Amino acid sequence: MKTLTFPDFVINRDNEKCIQCEVCVRQCAFDAHTLDKETNKVETDIKKCVGCLRCATMCPTGALCVSEYSQKIRKNCNWNEKQLKELYKQAETGGVLLTGMGTDKDYKIIWDHILLDAAQVTNPSIDPLREPMELRTYLGSKPSKIDFRFDISDLKLKNLQKGILKTKLPPQLKIETPILFSAMSYGAISLNVCRALAQAAEECGIYYNTGEGGLHKDLYKYSKNTIVQVASGRFGVNPDYFEAAAAVEIKIGQGAKPGIGGHLPGEKVTEEISQTRMIPSGTDALSPAPHHDIYSIEDLSQLIYSLKEATEYKKPISVKVAAVHNIAAIASGIVRAGADIVAIDGIRGGTGAAPTRIRDNVGIPIELAIASVDSRLREEGIRNRASIIAAGGFRNSGDVVKAITLGADAVYIGTAALVAMGCHLCQKCYTGKCNWGIATQDPYLVKRLNPDIAARRLINLIKAWSHEIKEIMGGMGINAIESLRGNRLRLRGFDLHDNELKILDIKPAGESL
Amino acid sequence: MIINSKNMTHRMLNEKIRSGVRNGDRKIILKNINGQRYIASGLKSEVNIKINGTAGNDLGSFMSGPKITVYGNAQDCIANTMNAGKIVIHGSVGDVLGYGMRGGKVFVRDDAGYRVGIHMKSYKEMIPIIVIGGSVGDFFAEYMAGGIIILLGLDDTKEIVGDFIGTGMHGGTVYIRGNINKNRLGREVDSVEFDDNDKKIVNEYLTEFCRDFNLNQKNLVNQKFTKFKALNSRPYGTIYAY
Ligand code: SF4
Ligand code: SF4
Repeated sequence: MKTLTFPDFVINRDNEKCIQCEVCVRQCAFDAHTLDKETNKVETDIKKCVGCLRCATMCPTGALCVSEYSQKIRKNCNWNEKQLKELYKQAETGGVLLTGMGTDKDYKIIWDHILLDAAQVTNPSIDPLREPMELRTYLGSKPSKIDFRFDISDLKLKNLQKGILKTKLPPQLKIETPILFSAMSYGAISLNVCRALAQAAEECGIYYNTGEGGLHKDLYKYSKNTIVQVASGRFGVNPDYFEAAAAVEIKIGQGAKPGIGGHLPGEKVTEEISQTRMIPSGTDALSPAPHHDIYSIEDLSQLIYSLKEATEYKKPISVKVAAVHNIAAIASGIVRAGADIVAIDGIRGGTGAAPTRIRDNVGIPIELAIASVDSRLREEGIRNRASIIAAGGFRNSGDVVKAITLGADAVYIGTAALVAMGCHLCQKCYTGKCNWGIATQDPYLVKRLNPDIAARRLINLIKAWSHEIKEIMGGMGINAIESLRGNRLRLRGFDLHDNELKILDIKPAGESL
Repeated sequence: MIINSKNMTHRMLNEKIRSGVRNGDRKIILKNINGQRYIASGLKSEVNIKINGTAGNDLGSFMSGPKITVYGNAQDCIANTMNAGKIVIHGSVGDVLGYGMRGGKVFVRDDAGYRVGIHMKSYKEMIPIIVIGGSVGDFFAEYMAGGIIILLGLDDTKEIVGDFIGTGMHGGTVYIRGNINKNRLGREVDSVEFDDNDKKIVNEYLTEFCRDFNLNQKNLVNQKFTKFKALNSRPYGTIYAY
């Protein structure tokens, strides 16, 4: 069938600059550049271009320029080019549309309508370069009160530090900065990317998350900085997997595809992935939409306690859900079910593959979810029982600070981490042909990403963000992240509706205390 | 070691079992079990555990190695994501038996509930086996991806199996004694020829089953079995537009 679709991009090759070196031919896994054997010239097929900019970045002479394809068709706000192309594709294949990464729809980004406070005159700001700033965070359930015991013979003021904690604290994850790497499974991303994330997590004193694809044997050595996932497919889940982790996360859902499962097609289940997932190579790795042992909060509690028993109550158990309409009630149920951490992924969360319609239409923004969950847990007097990790499209340290000020304990970053390693957000992760060597298992593409260099880039990113967070806190006159958490008086809404302000529980900009 | 489990919470009970295992106990007897959940959850050991009473939900979940014998019934989600070992139940079990089970064996003398062997899978030499002496409910072998389930239906007065056998199944093998009406099957499965090799497989596990429950295997020799396989190992292979 002749395709009616038209290209997404145009590639301009400046023939004066091009030296016919064929770098672009080798770099493009989508075959947008090819060598014409007859004329011995590099040719371009723009229909194949996915806009990942690999060729333009690698071209030694800067001869390539990729830009959006625009054939001035009759302007139509309802039926734009994207809609037409999707319709053509479905008419030609009869298939469900797939995509990768987080939604690109222009939903309002509430972060950009929340403004932070700073200290002026009445309270001093703090210079983070000269004064200690505490970003360290403990994730896990906190008791509602703690008891101390003092050595009575020693009870002078200066010896108060000899107080001994009598309360037995539930297990905690210590993070040096309130940022963790989101769940990304080996299979969705390459082993080199997993290595980079693990190395960076170790160096930064934070955690990375294996996702639901099991744990490769090369990564066992990072166990102190590893969160492992248990999802409905239960891939690679066994006692060794738990032993090799600092915490276990039950994955109920993710922001990019709430309510549906996932599957790694057989072509991507290579020998090594098969070992890690513990399924035969070449078979589809199906993660059903629900966990077959969870149909209620009581059932969730059963899985939480099953995992607590299996890890001898030594590791925090997290439950990850997508931010959906009743997220506050759901989170309350999760906390009451015994979770130590609730991870909430908003509508802008990324993915290796998701049906386009689900990714673009299901869920709610993380900003509103954090606020409503934090408020609800406080109202119910159970906020201390679990930490909240927010996820779903955190772009910079400003977003992170705002999330924590709304009430999150820490954030998960996925997309930002991939971008730091080279991702250009072409959204073709589901094809397995990622030219940046990230979302692929093709050995030729995988080796494009050097795990040590990628780890260095991640470490730089975390360092830079942490420094910025300290700077912002210093400006607010706050020297510990604990004093920022849930401190919504330090936020103002700008250009937000009343109902949004109400849910966020913040005042509009211009309104004083 | 003998543990009197009367009034013990699952946490205390598992702590005792684990400390026994750490101390090198190879035989643990649990008395007065009355629905305690998570027994031997995540336990990695060759220990032999005998349970007197009714074992609660998630018995042997995630475990790798122990041999558990229950003298009584067991509740739901038994052998959840079990990795290796064996569970022998001298009675019946509830729903969702062997969810995501990857290795080891589960033998049930009497009946099992709905969704037996759901999403059971296999990997290389790890092939999970479930044998059920009695009958089972609906959604038998749902979503099954690997392993072997044998259903005997020894009590001829009962319906051997419910509806929707093998819904979403994409791997593994199911053997059911006797003939099964096709309208019982899910869309993704069909019966295939039961050959000599199948006979060998079934007989091997039958021998072990009969030995464990002290049954006379003679009555079962040369019985007719129907074998079921998934029609397609990749049920979702064609629904997407790339
Ligand atoms: S990489 Fe640049 S210089 Fe080399 S062939 Fe392609 S366009 Fe020409
Ligand atoms: S990971 Fe690769 S395929 Fe996915 S959006 Fe980024 S560059 Fe594209």
